[in-house]
Amino acid sequence: MRHALIPVALAMALGAAPVLAQKTASQGIDEYRAMLQDGNPADLFEAKGEDLWKQKRGPKNASLEACDLGQGPGVIKGVFVSLPKYFADTGKVQDLESRLLTCMQTLQGFDAQAIAKTNFGSGEMANVTAMATWIAAESKGLKFNLSQSHAQERVMYEVGKRLFFMRGGTHDFSCASCHGEEGKRIRLQDLPMLTKNPGDGVGFAAWPAYRVSNGQMWGMQQRLNDCYRQQRFPFPGFASDATVALGVYLGVNAQGAASIAPAIKR
Amino acid sequence: MADPMRIRAQASGDKATVRVLMSHEMESGQRKDAAGKIVPAWFIQEVTASHNGKVVMTAEWGPAVSKNPYLQFSVKGAKAGDKVSIKWVDNRGDTRTDEATIS
Repeated sequence: MRHALIPVALAMALGAAPVLAQKTASQGIDEYRAMLQDGNPADLFEAKGEDLWKQKRGPKNASLEACDLGQGPGVIKGVFVSLPKYFADTGKVQDLESRLLTCMQTLQGFDAQAIAKTNFGSGEMANVTAMATWIAAESKGLKFNLSQSHAQERVMYEVGKRLFFMRGGTHDFSCASCHGEEGKRIRLQDLPMLTKNPGDGVGFAAWPAYRVSNGQMWGMQQRLNDCYRQQRFPFPGFASDATVALGVYLGVNAQGAASIAPAIKR
Repeated sequence: MADPMRIRAQASGDKATVRVLMSHEMESGQRKDAAGKIVPAWFIQEVTASHNGKVVMTAEWGPAVSKNPYLQFSVKGAKAGDKVSIKWVDNRGDTRTDEATIS
């Protein structure tokens, strides 16, 4: 199912070839993406996420409107492009999704551990993704500007960097195997180079994103999970320090890149 | 109850362009779950669009339409301030109606 749409994209690229003889396959895919852009189903998840944020839910029957995502309780606009950051109340560096878990536990009385173990796309995990989608959308067009002023944030950057270059698994792959050089691709998908700013709306600045081929909404945590799966390496766990550290590394590298999240992917 | 649709309707010239996103699983009935059992078909069968209460379009859909489908059409003679409502019925008999004002 995941790759079901690739033949469609290919057919479009080939079908259009006689008209513009010089058009490459990747240009054809770009056109296909542009066609999808108008009806991004991420809109549906945004609406759901906003609703969930304001609803009184959980054992404590409270809304998340008092949740502090880094710019003060209840502030949504602009928080996405400043995360992950250090939070004094938890004493940890947290990304958007792990911070949402904290708020759901402290304000609403949910069990954060249990949610983190839930499969992607089901139960409260799907709700976390929907809220992350809405919160990200509220910062659309803003530029990434992560703090590196706290010692913990600098440590997490270094940890993330090491994890990015750490080779492992049956294929001896690291993140850098795919994302450490310019001009790489898997089949027809261009791979961004993530050791520097890859540009506006690429890499860290594109997730959460809706994946057309499987009809799923993915947050950054799930995106990282999929990288680890392709590496044939066990996922460090949802909202784990390792994935947050990778987020810090990617986010700091993306300094100045404008966010297009929620994006739409093949 | 199904999640709400997102309807955007914009007038330009003598017509209005309506863009609708529907939230639906659109199971084709061809897929199998982890246990190897067929996932039963579940899809939108009928879509009706109305302009100020008058039906302007009906469509019969099938299992080949994608999950969370997107629909775009234009309505001749529609002006800003008019109401557009969309209704779908799926093969389980579930239904959802949403309305938007043309801007």
